[in-house]
Amino acid sequence: MKRLATFTVDGRFLGVDVTSVREVLRPQEMTRVPLAPPRVAGLINLRGEIVTAIDLRVALGRRQLGKSDRPMNVVVTTEHGSVSVLVDAVGDVLEVDEDAFERPPSTLRGSARDLILGAYKLDGGLLLELDLDAAIGTTSPSGIDAEVEDR
Amino acid sequence: MPGEMDEIVAEFLVESYESLDRLDRDLLALERDPHARDVLASIFRTMHTIKGTCGFLGFVKLERIAHAAESLLAGLRDGSMSITPQTAGVLLATGDVLRLILRQIEASGTDGEDDHDALVDELGRLREAPPDPAAPPAAASQPASRPPRMRHGRGAGIRTAVTDTTVRVDVSLLDRLMTLVGELVLARNHLVEMASDRADPALTSATQSVDRITAELQEGVMKTRLQPIRTAWGTFPRVARDLAVALDKRVRIETDGDDTELDRSIIEAIKDPLTHIVRNAVDHGIEGPEVRVAAGKPDEGVVLVRAYHEGGQVTIEVADDGAGIDLDAVRAKAVETASMTPEEADRMSEREAIDLLFLPGFSTADHVTEVSGRGVGMDVVRTNIERIGGSIDISSRRGEGTTFKIRIPLTLAIIPVLIATSGEERFAIPQANLLEVVGVVPGSIETLHEVPVYRLRDRLLPVVSLAHELDLERDEEAPAGRFLAVLQADDRRFGLLVDGLSDPSEIVVKPLGPQLHGLEVYAGATILGNGRVGLILDVVGLAARAGVISDVHERLLDVERPAEGSRNARALLVFADAAGSRMAVPLDLVDRLEGFPRAAVERSGPDEAVPYGDRILPLLSLQDLLVERRRAPRRGGEEMAADLQVLVHRRGDDLVGLVVGQIIDIVEQPLELEAASRPGVSGTMFVQGRITEILDLPGLLETHEERLRLDVAASAGAAS
Repeated sequence: MKRLATFTVDGRFLGVDVTSVREVLRPQEMTRVPLAPPRVAGLINLRGEIVTAIDLRVALGRRQLGKSDRPMNVVVTTEHGSVSVLVDAVGDVLEVDEDAFERPPSTLRGSARDLILGAYKLDGGLLLELDLDAAIGTTSPSGIDAEVEDR
Repeated sequence: MPGEMDEIVAEFLVESYESLDRLDRDLLALERDPHARDVLASIFRTMHTIKGTCGFLGFVKLERIAHAAESLLAGLRDGSMSITPQTAGVLLATGDVLRLILRQIEASGTDGEDDHDALVDELGRLREAPPDPAAPPAAASQPASRPPRMRHGRGAGIRTAVTDTTVRVDVSLLDRLMTLVGELVLARNHLVEMASDRADPALTSATQSVDRITAELQEGVMKTRLQPIRTAWGTFPRVARDLAVALDKRVRIETDGDDTELDRSIIEAIKDPLTHIVRNAVDHGIEGPEVRVAAGKPDEGVVLVRAYHEGGQVTIEVADDGAGIDLDAVRAKAVETASMTPEEADRMSEREAIDLLFLPGFSTADHVTEVSGRGVGMDVVRTNIERIGGSIDISSRRGEGTTFKIRIPLTLAIIPVLIATSGEERFAIPQANLLEVVGVVPGSIETLHEVPVYRLRDRLLPVVSLAHELDLERDEEAPAGRFLAVLQADDRRFGLLVDGLSDPSEIVVKPLGPQLHGLEVYAGATILGNGRVGLILDVVGLAARAGVISDVHERLLDVERPAEGSRNARALLVFADAAGSRMAVPLDLVDRLEGFPRAAVERSGPDEAVPYGDRILPLLSLQDLLVERRRAPRRGGEEMAADLQVLVHRRGDDLVGLVVGQIIDIVEQPLELEAASRPGVSGTMFVQGRITEILDLPGLLETHEERLRLDVAASAGAAS
């Protein structure tokens, strides 16, 4: 059994390993970083620590967060320090069965493909497990390898 | 008690490493001056202490080597033999072996399997059969016999006495303290901003205490992290010696300003770049002895490494008296690597040519030596220095030598900045890069070849709009920027156009996440007084992005400076006094424009002053100077602006700060004065279409000093 912290982004139901989640914050005051890559939404002050906020919509190839959007912050710990992942809404922590896991279908294309490790088939629908390192842009997308494997 | 034992061993290791570094330095000094008895005594003491301690700790092999070396040193000390390059070389090698064993002890807790017989034998052989002192040139001129004094070492077992008042502290604890002070500074900033919003005297006074204590604590903690720069360049004499021997050159390292202190993180960061530069100087700069003599220089080359404080920064210079940089070779190399045409290469200025040396893979070395000339180097040096907020310049004269000048900040953690606003967004500009601030009115920014420029005194300054460079959303209807921050990036200046600029404040620099590392325009981020995150601009990166760092650009501006502005035009600094009326003063009377926070003002009796660099700048209020003839002296508590705007005026060797209300602009126009309106004013005239009083600054100050003299005389008279 594996425990995933779940959230929704632009209608998708996503999850990350719960052990990587440091905390969840309400919408925060954010400082935009001019000239930054589009997926960097800005910087937030997390009790004196400066944390980069990642717009998951951009990472997933969707339209950017608008100014009026008030996203939730899922602060995750990576080897490069803490990063906040911006999501629309935060869901429960779910226990998932490894048997219900499936790799992404080969029809899944585009940047989303690089970020999704696979899907868990739940009763209500699919829960997609996010590749955190790829989503926050600290590793190069692993898409090429995955494609070769699929063939 | 293994724990206690470990501690003793750890202390022994730290002390021994330090001792061995000193040993290196002393041996080199002794080689230079074989008669330096105090140096010899110091070397002997060092070796004796190591021998004694490792004997106590049971490091037998270490003790054996140290003992052999000590015997040899004893021979040197009692005058039965004298130092030769050969003995010096073996003793230096002994130091290296001892270091190796220390490292082994550090790693494994034992002094290893190797008995180092060869070294012990060599030391013994030198002791028994000293090489003929007449043979090596260094010793040839010395008398064969010397008075055999100092039979018994007075230094036996003496440990440095300074340890009595010092405590060894783990560096990670200091780092932790520094982080905490950083947090405190942020909290203080927040508090100060809140207190200024509500006029509560109790809160204000408590805030001031917190402010003062924080500042002192910050200074204190920062001091604990300071190390003399000696620790970065202590190894240079040895590095240079070994390299010179390998290259058959004669090179001497001279140092100046060894005690200049820098934050340890900076010392660590500059050590490698500096070493590289010194190796470069020995390898490429200094010529072989024959070449030098043929050129009329002493056969021994000198590399001078010096450090000194300059304007809140530390400057480090590495100057050699070698051959200088062959700019023709640089040009030829540029053509050869096909990066430019011969015509372009010929047109390059000296500075542009020298700049090529910083390109990755660019080397003019004819041959690749073991040490340098492999094309790795100067670009890495520059990158490393710029990474810590420093800059590097090269100047060179053919045949006379090359000087590397490195400017670095004192500390990385907390820096003074000004907060610039553009539209809604706020950015911190490091004060180290800021030369002055100029208020600009619409229309005063002109364009030259589509490049916006501003006339600052007699020069055209390239103007960079912050909003434009950063693609900021800005209301185009708003007046086109109101302040120009004149910034220094490397050796170029430019004006950064912003909507507003705040008082200077101190911020804590925090690094940006890896997602933002590619952005050259930011040096980091910080938490602002309002609790939000603010970005710190990297002035050099910003200039590079805006393309102002180009010599061609600057020359163009120089050459095409408009000839207009009739001959008798004078540059005038326009400002408002505290009451808001417009005044101006000829700019050549003003050394600098400064802004000081009110908190920085120190009072002694009726006099006010601010610390200014390493001196004290007395402050005079323009208001007081002008009204003192009309009214009795008074101390105004009513005009409490947030920040003091000060014109710094030079009177002989003294500086005087004149406190004015607000700096408005700098204009250039002929002085055509109408009659004076009041004392202290030379006259009035129209400046920018408005009536402006021209201040008679020297006259005003003379009157003031005259009055002071009268006051002193009067009070002396009253007292007697």
